[in-house]
Amino acid sequence: MANSKITVENLNLHYGENHALKNVNMEIADHAITAFIGPSGCGKSTFLRCLNRMNDLVDGCRVEGKVILDGEDIYDKRVDTTLLRKKVGMVFQQPNPFPMSIYDNIAYGPRLHGIKNKKELDEIVERSLQGAAIFEEVKDRLLKSALGLSGGQQQRLCIARALAVSPEVLLMDEPTSALDPISTLKIEELMETLKKKYTVVIVTHNMQQAARVSDDTAFFLVGEVVEKNATSEIFARPRDKRTEDYITGRFG
Amino acid sequence: MIKDTLYVKRKRPTDMLLLAAIYISATLAVALLLGIILYVFVKGIHTVNWAFLTTVTSARKQTTGIAGNLLNTLYIIVITLLIATPIGVGSAIYLNEYAKPGKLVSLIEFTTETLSGIPSIIFGLFGMIFFGETLGFGYSLLTGSFTLTLMVLPLITRNTQEALRTVPDSYRTGALGMGSTKWHMIRTILLPSSMPGIVTGIILALGRIVGESAALLFTAGSDYKLPKFTGAFGDNLAKLAHKAMESGGTLTIELYLQMQKGQYDNAFGIGCVLIVIVLILNLLTKLAANKLRRE
Amino acid sequence: MNSGTHASVMGNRKNKAVVETVAQIVFTICAFFAVLAVVSITLYMIISGTPAILKVGLKEILFSTEWMPTAAEPKFGILWVILTSIVGTTLAILLGVPIGVLTAVFLAEVAPKTLAAIVKPAVELLAGIPSVIYGLLGIYLLNPLMYQLERLIFRGSTTHQFTGGANLLSAVIVLAIMILPTVINISETSICAVPAGIKSSSLALGASHVQTIFRSILPAAKSGIVTAIVLGVGRAIGEAMAITLVSGSSVNVPLPFNSVRFLTTAIVSEMGYSSGLHRQVLFTIGLVLFVFIMIINVVLNKILKKGADDND
Repeated sequence: MANSKITVENLNLHYGENHALKNVNMEIADHAITAFIGPSGCGKSTFLRCLNRMNDLVDGCRVEGKVILDGEDIYDKRVDTTLLRKKVGMVFQQPNPFPMSIYDNIAYGPRLHGIKNKKELDEIVERSLQGAAIFEEVKDRLLKSALGLSGGQQQRLCIARALAVSPEVLLMDEPTSALDPISTLKIEELMETLKKKYTVVIVTHNMQQAARVSDDTAFFLVGEVVEKNATSEIFARPRDKRTEDYITGRFG
Repeated sequence: MIKDTLYVKRKRPTDMLLLAAIYISATLAVALLLGIILYVFVKGIHTVNWAFLTTVTSARKQTTGIAGNLLNTLYIIVITLLIATPIGVGSAIYLNEYAKPGKLVSLIEFTTETLSGIPSIIFGLFGMIFFGETLGFGYSLLTGSFTLTLMVLPLITRNTQEALRTVPDSYRTGALGMGSTKWHMIRTILLPSSMPGIVTGIILALGRIVGESAALLFTAGSDYKLPKFTGAFGDNLAKLAHKAMESGGTLTIELYLQMQKGQYDNAFGIGCVLIVIVLILNLLTKLAANKLRRE
Repeated sequence: MNSGTHASVMGNRKNKAVVETVAQIVFTICAFFAVLAVVSITLYMIISGTPAILKVGLKEILFSTEWMPTAAEPKFGILWVILTSIVGTTLAILLGVPIGVLTAVFLAEVAPKTLAAIVKPAVELLAGIPSVIYGLLGIYLLNPLMYQLERLIFRGSTTHQFTGGANLLSAVIVLAIMILPTVINISETSICAVPAGIKSSSLALGASHVQTIFRSILPAAKSGIVTAIVLGVGRAIGEAMAITLVSGSSVNVPLPFNSVRFLTTAIVSEMGYSSGLHRQVLFTIGLVLFVFIMIINVVLNKILKKGADDND
């Protein structure tokens, strides 16, 4: 695989007694969009959250195996998770801007990591909002509350917020499922731009979206990766019957 | 470009400091608050015995007893709740079921909020002049009850309102659709459904009444004797009724007076009794609230 | 008119209508009770507080510092008393609110779930403890300690009036402890009400748990915490019984180790035996207190509303 950014080796995850992810092995390409698809409850979101160790926050969650990012296993005991999450950013399904101004939302991350100089922050805020294709819409109201934006704008704000800490990987958990079709389109266009600079991994329950947007697709079923391949191959020539059944709508 | 390694745990001194502040505050607060309850309980328990609870302080016999105060407290609780509950529930019904949103409703809700923010000593002063002097009830349990009614009214109104709000609209339209009149619907459907919430409000009000002191000092007075009961039932009933017109000190007032005199044994004894009462009331509130949640 | 096979919809509307109207009137009257109460209280406070103002003079009462109501030439200056209430309440808030909010943070975010499940109901319980009990412990435990401290600090001083431990500091400590349950409970509820997405987003941006608490969760819980503070202020400034025996009995400059009088304790201590003009001035003190409370309520509620509007 050309330029593998993340390599996952034998990942197993247990929620208490429940063996939620079974022996996941995968390589995720750099500067590309990888999509995880599968029916509800198949583990795709759970696996996504392993990539920035957000699952650590769930009580009773146990992870075995390795997730190697740029040559370093993120589950190594020496890893500082706050540094990890600076490098691997995440956007959630529900847009959740902080109840602060747009400026403060974007500046939140950089301020966390010690940046105090106003000029520097101004620059980062503008750059991030540009990167999320929302700068023009909000440049005159940066100091107004972020809660005044529409749903689609709020989600792009959250993307800008994630970009502000200069991550290398961007994880997106069903980023458009709570949005209207026009906002969805805008964000899908944005993803095309984003993959030039970042590694993008998205979880989606919308197969058409995966087919439109992603370069590689992995199909999850009951905690296992059934098949992973270039998106064009998965949708045109699925190798596993279960994949074919899902894609043709026989279940899920 | 040199890649930053993830393999280095950063120490954040500010985080450590803040975390220490959190632990210290919590330990201090919890230790203090629990310590207060335990201390009063332990210090007072040996004063509390059957004689303490059932007799009245007698200078002649050199004994101390809070039976009079217990009875006074009971009187004030009963009279206050008898007046405040109908008015509070009635207000809530008006606000929730009859009133149309607008200036009138805002006014009523604003004044209810204001009422709940007035400190008890102001109620005490008002009660003393209005109920005590203007209306002529003087130092009496009635004056105290009237004063406390004003204090607990917002509690009952608010809790009843919340309870009414949780009743689904479909109950109302269903009943009216079957031909019930509004009052009939309220009486037979809304009130029974809101009962747990109303009861919670009443218990909260009870707690407030038991703990109140400043509002009673100049309204209900401080007498601590029991009425002398004779054999005649009618006579006794009359005596009980008349007691409401007499001055009477509640448990909290008596505690305050004992404190003033430096009689700490008695004070802790009364404190112990009060804490047990508050504990029981609190448990009752929790039970009522749980019943609410389950429905 | 009954035709025999159809049920008439003409009923006995008159009786039902009367009951309905009566019910509605009764409920309406009940609702206006609150309005009536507030109006009456305001009226009576003004009526009873004004005579002394007219007789002694507003400036004299509010701005002079000598309080000698029973002297041959009585003096009714309550400036120190007013300042004591302001200073005392402020200090109690400065002491109690941070401890209360941090404890709420502990219960909501830091404590292991089982510990929080035990401690939270215990703190809720404490909100109902009568104020006189705080006063009891104040005079029994705190005053002696204060006295020791006083003897230590002012050893050999010829100018300090020893108070036996009943001073402003004791009162502030009692008030701070009294407002803890309220502040903790309301703050804890607000913190728990912050949407989980806020916490997740902050952590996903690389914030530590502590950073997340102080930079995203607490700001999001701001309005609830402000409510807690408002209620705390209300409780502290209006408290009388808990601090009457703990704060001393002289009208004095509000310094930590001075025996002082609050607006509330002045009323409680002297109402019992006052008469004539003295009594009327006590009512004026009540009026001053009432005005204070109203102003604080209005101002703090405005701040609350402004905070809420900013976030919309």
